Amino acid sequence: METAQILETIRMIEEEKLDIRTITMGISLLDCIDSDGETARKKIYNKITRLAKDLVKVGEDIEAEYGIPIINKRISVTPIALVAAATQDKDYVAFAKTLDQAAKDVGVNFIGGFSALVQKGYQYGDDILINSIPQALAETERVCSSVNIGSTRTGINMDAVRHMGYVITETAKKSDLGCAKLVVFANAVEDNPFMAGAFHGVGEADCIINVGVSGPGVVKRALEKVKGEPFDVVAETVKKTAFKITRMGQLVGQVASKRLGVHFGIVDLSLAPTPAVGDSMAHILEEMGLESVGTHGTTAALALLNDAVKKGGVMACGHVGGLSGAFIPVSEDKGMIDAVERGALNLEKLEAMTAICSVGLDMIAIPGDTPSETIAAIIADEAAIGVVNNKTTAVRIIPAQGKQVGDIVSFGGLLGYAPVMPVNKFASTDFILRGGRIPAPIHSFKN
Amino acid sequence: MKAILTVVGQDKVGIVAAVSNKLAALSVNILDISQTIMEKNFTMMMMLDLESTTDDFITIKNQMTELGNQLGLTIHIQREDIFNTMHKL
Repeated sequence: METAQILETIRMIEEEKLDIRTITMGISLLDCIDSDGETARKKIYNKITRLAKDLVKVGEDIEAEYGIPIINKRISVTPIALVAAATQDKDYVAFAKTLDQAAKDVGVNFIGGFSALVQKGYQYGDDILINSIPQALAETERVCSSVNIGSTRTGINMDAVRHMGYVITETAKKSDLGCAKLVVFANAVEDNPFMAGAFHGVGEADCIINVGVSGPGVVKRALEKVKGEPFDVVAETVKKTAFKITRMGQLVGQVASKRLGVHFGIVDLSLAPTPAVGDSMAHILEEMGLESVGTHGTTAALALLNDAVKKGGVMACGHVGGLSGAFIPVSEDKGMIDAVERGALNLEKLEAMTAICSVGLDMIAIPGDTPSETIAAIIADEAAIGVVNNKTTAVRIIPAQGKQVGDIVSFGGLLGYAPVMPVNKFASTDFILRGGRIPAPIHSFKN
Repeated sequence: MKAILTVVGQDKVGIVAAVSNKLAALSVNILDISQTIMEKNFTMMMMLDLESTTDDFITIKNQMTELGNQLGLTIHIQREDIFNTMHKL
């Protein structure tokens, strides 16, 4: 082993903030289903605390032995709408509280799966779960919620889109942080390790470990060394860096799953920023030559980055999954926050960016008095991008109570802070009130 | 288990001696050493074999970190796999 390579690895971790963003244990709760809510919750609590009791300890041991920080240890579970539907309960807040308690007792900072999959229609339990979201997120600390309202195979469930517009408004009224823990998806994936959108799909094994890597700082530093070079060189540089980052994720995932005695699921090849200086996606794009993220050229720069990360990462690990791509949350990225504040980045540009990178409008603060129908229409637009382009898109948007455009909303910790961004003032009400379903796009019929 | 120990910092008399003494006290075997001056910094890599030690990894790590603090140097110890994984196909 060469000295330079050893020092490179150490520098990536120490100076460039390379880390494993999350090891997420996916746990199936299908065997906890019971017609009695209380019994079901007891089974859920017991299963989670039994399987995940060593998750945090194993994560910390790996951190110490390998010298690589593992920022989050988390849990995802089967969508609760499926589990709770067998009960006669009139709301599912008690299920959220059980998840919260289990998360606290095993020491994970988030648990995802207070979820419903309604891309084509509502089954019994879905409506109850979605109506429970505002209260559940207000009364719990660590529970994350997600709802899938569309897919390429099924089209967009516009009734659910409208419903989620109201739910987001209600959630924002009930708690400051609630909306930061709520994601509305199109083409949701079943093995996503990242919060707030993680849930454990029904096609997964009973218990698995999924890993999400990070490392925008490493990519930025690598690109600093190829200043002024053509894009061919930029793409190659990102690929090589992504390879190294992903290998780290693969190693940690394998070691963690072996020590915990569960299957290793996937590595999510994502570049995930944090509010810390030097850990920004926006700064990578600016390193490519943009004065500020959000200006013309941003979409092209992001497309190159997203593609090169995948190409480099795919060879580095056995199974790739999750969301896999570049995350562009606003509040969690210092460069994005700055771009909004200097007027370089707006919702429309963010929407364009979501067409070519992973996820969607993420951690964006909008005025607290934004009509629910407008929020629903924002969701519909994002869903359309996902459904037509055969990719995952999501909306995690925060109507900031009592705040107007330009005010700052602070979420704390990894969730960061965000300037309130303007939305289009013209109404989408009649459009949203139609309801029904937008049919699946023609190219979804591949059989 | 094999691990890699790295020592980086201002050069001075007795670094190699202090580090190897400490490792000997912990019954850690040194398999390979390379040492150089990079960008005016003392830089040393050691390949260690932890088979014969009775202390656990965390204890060794803490003791080496403490030694680093005493000497005004940065000392890391990490399992070898992390470097192999990242740099070797």
